[in-house]
Amino acid sequence: MIPVALLPTLLQHTQEDFWFPTQAARDASLVDELYYFIFYVSLFAFIAIVLATAIFAVKFRRSKVGLVPEDSPHHSTSIEIVWSVIPSLFMVAMFWYGFQDFVATKQIPDNAYEIQVKAKKWDWKFVYPEGVESFGGNIDMNDGGEGMVVPLGRTISVRMESADVLHSFSIPNFRVKMDVVPGRYTYLWFIPTELGEYPLYCTEYCGTRHSRMLGKVVVKSEEDYAVWLEDQVIDLATLPPAEAGFEVWKKNGCAACHSTAGVNGIGPFLNNRYGTTETLTDGTSVTVDDNYIRESILDPNVKVVAGFSPVMTSFAGQLNDDEISYLIAYLKSLNE
Amino acid sequence: MPSTNTLDRTNYLNATKGFMSWFWTIDHKRLGLMYLWSVIACFILGGFYAMKIRLTLSGDVDFATQTAEQMNAYNNAFTVHGAVMIFLVIIPSIPAALGNFVVPLMLGTKDVAFPKLNRFSYHLWIIGAVLFVATLFIGNLDTGWTFYPPYSTGHTDPSVITAVLGAFILGFSSIFTGLNFIVTIHKMRPPEMTWFKMPLFLWAIYATALIQILATPVIGISLLLILVEKTMQIGIFTPELGGDPVFFQHLFWFYSHPAVYIMILPGMGVMSELIATFCRKSIFGYKSIALASIAIAIFSFIVWGHHMFVSGQSELMSVIFSALTFSVAVPSAIKVFNWIATMYKGSIAFTTPMLYGMSIIWLFGIGGLTGLFLATLGTDVYFHDTYFVVAHFHYVMVGSALFGFLGGIFYWWPKMYGVVVDNMASKIACLLAFVGFNMTFMPQFIGGSKGMPRRYAAYGESAGFDGYNEASTLGSMVLMTGLVLALGSLLVSLKNGKKSPANPWGGVTLEWQTPSPPPEHNFEIDPPVVGDPYDMTLVEWKGEEEGFLPVNPRADAPCVADVKPSA
Ligand code: HEM
Ligand SMILES: [Cu+2]
Repeated sequence: MIPVALLPTLLQHTQEDFWFPTQAARDASLVDELYYFIFYVSLFAFIAIVLATAIFAVKFRRSKVGLVPEDSPHHSTSIEIVWSVIPSLFMVAMFWYGFQDFVATKQIPDNAYEIQVKAKKWDWKFVYPEGVESFGGNIDMNDGGEGMVVPLGRTISVRMESADVLHSFSIPNFRVKMDVVPGRYTYLWFIPTELGEYPLYCTEYCGTRHSRMLGKVVVKSEEDYAVWLEDQVIDLATLPPAEAGFEVWKKNGCAACHSTAGVNGIGPFLNNRYGTTETLTDGTSVTVDDNYIRESILDPNVKVVAGFSPVMTSFAGQLNDDEISYLIAYLKSLNE
Repeated sequence: MPSTNTLDRTNYLNATKGFMSWFWTIDHKRLGLMYLWSVIACFILGGFYAMKIRLTLSGDVDFATQTAEQMNAYNNAFTVHGAVMIFLVIIPSIPAALGNFVVPLMLGTKDVAFPKLNRFSYHLWIIGAVLFVATLFIGNLDTGWTFYPPYSTGHTDPSVITAVLGAFILGFSSIFTGLNFIVTIHKMRPPEMTWFKMPLFLWAIYATALIQILATPVIGISLLLILVEKTMQIGIFTPELGGDPVFFQHLFWFYSHPAVYIMILPGMGVMSELIATFCRKSIFGYKSIALASIAIAIFSFIVWGHHMFVSGQSELMSVIFSALTFSVAVPSAIKVFNWIATMYKGSIAFTTPMLYGMSIIWLFGIGGLTGLFLATLGTDVYFHDTYFVVAHFHYVMVGSALFGFLGGIFYWWPKMYGVVVDNMASKIACLLAFVGFNMTFMPQFIGGSKGMPRRYAAYGESAGFDGYNEASTLGSMVLMTGLVLALGSLLVSLKNGKKSPANPWGGVTLEWQTPSPPPEHNFEIDPPVVGDPYDMTLVEWKGEEEGFLPVNPRADAPCVADVKPSA
């Protein structure tokens, strides 16, 4: 078949080019090659369409041919068969290659290194087999996260779950994407081939801060990765409580909604907050003390500060008592 | 010889007067016009939100400082824009507005089969539209036009309820309209008009009506289930309540994919009329175009899963849906080839409606071809939920369906209002719309292939998408200018437009055999001569004043021989 014969010449594009972001994972080239195959077939078809209409428009314009055109056939079975069958053949080829690639990218290799992705409105958390965790990492947002860190060249599988609504996990440079569906696990996998940092997007609409549900993937060499993992294993008990609290704060992505620099986001800013009195949505007021903070973490929507919406999800089950105490210590330390 | 086309003759527009004579009418022509203006009003509303989207994205707000309110406002804007444009504009545009006006005329009958049901459809439509618009005031609808749970049922405000009720009622309006057209086309064709002597517009409307009555009930039920879950906490889609969110997507797309053909098939029907009339040539491959409409209608029911390749549906299903999706692309391609072949050795007149027609060939070419990238599994996983998809569906829904609507309005405007709009302004309007449209959506293809996700209230600088957004916004200004000018040229013509003869363009279908605008009961003789709908030798040009007239008029045909001022 023609498409097959043309393929090699059409597929000269690799790496960065006009259409795509750089390839940073092994199977990214599959998508690009397939894209260029369809692209050139379509381009050819489109140019044919444009040329035909343009030429006919000029040649057979009424001001030239007059009101009564010369006779021409009203149909032609052979032409109609040709222009049905040839496009169909190309479409069969498109389907076939697409199907092959899809199957290839869906089968998760057995020996993969599994990172868990926990999605919730509106941040990403990554849990590594070693028990280490990280989150977020978007450059423009400056959320303090380190992103999802992965070792170069290893087969990584990602197991995803959502705590609330649909999300979708997308890394354009790797050409991977999969919805994160509450109530079930979904998976994807890749083999990173280029060192560097790559954006991560949520691509299924998930509410107010959908556009801020961002992160990054950091590809490190095996050695750097090992070092990084080691650095992450922090024994909170050895730190002063406020510093331990800061670690908990970072790990759980609190900064996605709460600033510590005095500006309100989705939630109220939390510096200089300890000890103040807040008015709640129901008009009553409350003093920000240890108990209120604890309640706000475990059961956040019982007492919501006036002017904010009850959108925070509970951290019950995710934070233990020690961690909550550290957080309280951290918030206290933010009073000037 | 006095012409038959003057407005002083009694016609359906001036036969009766007053609000109730319109609001309570059962005349398909008046209902068609009321749909037309209602749809245009909704289009202006949807367009306002479109501009809000564009202005937000091209830098009105800054990524770092954008507040939650501003994000919500953006999310609301794309939801309202999408929902209004789809449910209140594109879906009713050609079938309800043009279809109502044209179908009985093309059949040579007095009205549709069930005129009162037709009026009821319109009133339901108004109720649905009002509920929809009400959501704008009671809350901050922000689910996207797709209403995906569990977000829509458990995580957002109650305006979902009115929106969903509105869409439910609009659905009934659509079902009744479809039912009416099916019965009308089956039962009221003149005896000489066999199925294969039927104008292609009727084939398209018929195929559309099939989809309307078969698919719309499913969206009705799905939306009701959303209501049930949201108001009574009965678990259908939300996992915590024991439901399955992917199930909703199946139900939703089971309707909404066929619905995209509710949007495009009528546009293709208009296109077939335009191309034949303005090439003054029998349409090439009549039968294959007619049958392609039916094929599209049938296949459109078995491809919905192509919206769900990354949703978590089984991989086997994805593979099957991908294969089936190509089956819709083939008949679509065949139509395009037939239109182009019709131009060959034609006598092509670049009138305003034809300019829209020619635009459609190119824009639908792009829209359809980019559909191939999305039908292919390997590439769709990458493009899904990026601006590539956004660009794709605007090429088909705006570039093809809406342009078809506009082409149809300009084509049948003489029949509707007795005036021809085919001047410099209306042609420049089409050109501006064409250029502006491409400027708006072409950059979105590139952004999408760079990975730009859709439904984002802002993009960080490091993402590198700002250029595409600015180009797109610039384009949308040009597009808007074109559309405003087009509407302006129509409105101006109502005051002092060029009077139209019965048949200004040379169409052979029956609606051109009655005066413009037609009398209340459509035809003064009954039934008019039925010939081959695309045999252009049946009419000949008699000059500006009289337009095209039948070569062998029936002796009693009043619109040919003389005027009998009828009242
Ligand atoms: C040549 C035929 C076509 C093919 C092969 C095709 C294919 C596709 C595919 C596979 C998708 C899903 C992409 C994704 O979400 O990842 C899609 C999306 C879409 N298409 Fe098409 N399409 C075609 C024609 C049309 C037409 C004629 C219309 C409407 C008039 C249309 C409207 C849409 C819409 C609205 C969406 C996106 C819906 C959403 O996610 O909001 N398509 N198309
Ligand atoms: Cu579809």
